[in-house]
Amino acid sequence: MALQFLLNGLIEGSMIGLGAIGVTLTYAILRFSNFAHGDFMAWGAYSTLMLVGLIGSAVGTVAPIGPLSFGWPLILAGLGGMVFTGCLALLLDWLLFARLRARGQAIVVVMASFGASMALRNLLEFAFTSSPTYFSRKIQIARPIGLGIRITPDQTVLLGMTLVLVVGMHLLMTYSRTGREMKAVSQNPALARVVGIDLDRIVRMTWLIGGALASAAGLMVGVLVQIRPLMGLDMLLPMFAAAILGGIGSVPGAVLGGLVIGLSQAASVQLVGAEWRQAVAFVILVAVLLVRPTGLFGVQER
Amino acid sequence: MIDLLGYAAFFLSTALIFAIITLGLNLQWGQTGLFNVGVAGFVAIGAYTSALLTTPETAGRLGGFGLPILAGWVAAMAVTALVAGITGYVTLRLKADYLAISTFGVAVVTQLVALNARGLTGGPFGVAFIPRPFGALADRPALFNFTSCGVVLAVTVLTYLALEHLTRSPWGRVLRALREDERAAVSLGKSARSYRIQAFAVGGAVMGLAGAVQAHLIGFIAPDNYVPTLTFQVWAMLMAGGSGSNRGAVAGALVVWAVWVGAGALSAALVPQAFQARAAALQIVVIGVMLCVILLWRPQGFFGPRRRRTPGGG
Repeated sequence: MALQFLLNGLIEGSMIGLGAIGVTLTYAILRFSNFAHGDFMAWGAYSTLMLVGLIGSAVGTVAPIGPLSFGWPLILAGLGGMVFTGCLALLLDWLLFARLRARGQAIVVVMASFGASMALRNLLEFAFTSSPTYFSRKIQIARPIGLGIRITPDQTVLLGMTLVLVVGMHLLMTYSRTGREMKAVSQNPALARVVGIDLDRIVRMTWLIGGALASAAGLMVGVLVQIRPLMGLDMLLPMFAAAILGGIGSVPGAVLGGLVIGLSQAASVQLVGAEWRQAVAFVILVAVLLVRPTGLFGVQER
Repeated sequence: MIDLLGYAAFFLSTALIFAIITLGLNLQWGQTGLFNVGVAGFVAIGAYTSALLTTPETAGRLGGFGLPILAGWVAAMAVTALVAGITGYVTLRLKADYLAISTFGVAVVTQLVALNARGLTGGPFGVAFIPRPFGALADRPALFNFTSCGVVLAVTVLTYLALEHLTRSPWGRVLRALREDERAAVSLGKSARSYRIQAFAVGGAVMGLAGAVQAHLIGFIAPDNYVPTLTFQVWAMLMAGGSGSNRGAVAGALVVWAVWVGAGALSAALVPQAFQARAAALQIVVIGVMLCVILLWRPQGFFGPRRRRTPGGG
């Protein structure tokens, strides 16, 4: 039982890491910390929930796949939710962030993201009330996998999803033209423009990717925990901590940072109780800012 | 009639407490360009500090030292200034965003401590029996509301005058110089980081004072009072009033609080009971959109300084 926290931490870390990729890319490429990123997560979860309902009303009840708690409608709806949330991020940028960015006051954009976060979160509360909801209320049986650790089928599949997304992101950032251009913009926007990189396209890609991954993280939280309007806000501090710990702009760093934060939070549950989880993220954040503000894989700002 | 006036006095007291918080934020953001997303946390720290020092002894909770109210207020300012100062010390040599993220963290952790450290903060039940100034008058509600309002008004005026004095002093001029052109100010030998930490700590102290005054006005505090919505309301007040101007901060607080209370009363009267929670959520959506709209179209606020300014800070 004692080692169970490793698995719990891995799962918590996956959720944080998926969200932190978006935070770190937005920060590196658009140069601001997006306080609305947690709410993308919640919007992703709710939009997926809505799509599952839509599919359900179109084709009737679908039997779950094998031992899982969900069937193909959730997979399809999850993809739809990723597209929706990516587009939501694009819309928000077009309506708000892009206009403020054009004035060149970085910190005003942060403030706008704070206002947008408040509006987005309370729109969810308006539409769905603050009471939690679930994709499925079925109880899953956790199977032992050795060392006293147990894992449910849902957890296995969603960890697999995280792995696929993270490897996919890494390949995209390393081998595709878009990924390399994103790196170039994050390292030196002026030079990137000089060599003919289409900045607007890179900005759009950043929002689409960030929104989609946030939605995937929201789906994961929704399936394994619950769906609430506040689910994103509660993840915001761990996501920022993960992005800064990993080094701003580094995708592997964000994932590794997420895992470190997730494991520390899960370990702390045994020591100080589950209610202090976010405080653990804060302590790590302050320690990183004091000792190594550039993070694990970060480079000095220029 | 006297009841109505009593209510007006209570409304004004609450609005003026918001005005004090907004004045603190104006020093941090308006004068110095430091972004604080954890206003609610600093207000909470002040409120709890003063409450713990001045309440009578309580079983199962630390504190209850029964100190005089004024001692509680001074301590509230000192502790909040210390927390704000440390936050500034850790983050102000880094990018401006890191200060924002850290203040957000301070608010989250303060909320966790308020909710979970029962031995210190009373947990979800909060702290009760906080002594109120002129508490002997509590059995005459209208008179009590007037005296309370007088106390809050006095604190507001004193804070306002003190901040106006600071703003005009050489110290305030350095802050503005740093905000407008950091490189020029630094080249004149001013340490940007040290001045910013000072401004952040003083602004924090003002917020802590407001929290303490509010705790003693109501006589009871609980973690629910210090959620992100509070931070957000204060930001809406400062942006509506126009950051950079103390007068604007006070005016913004009064106007936004009147709109907030009015909208709340309107939805309470018009919206059926079952939808009250939804209406409250919508109220926050409207303020959120309003904040964004002000940022987009009227960044200087409605009472802001005539001269256009650019907040900087990293």
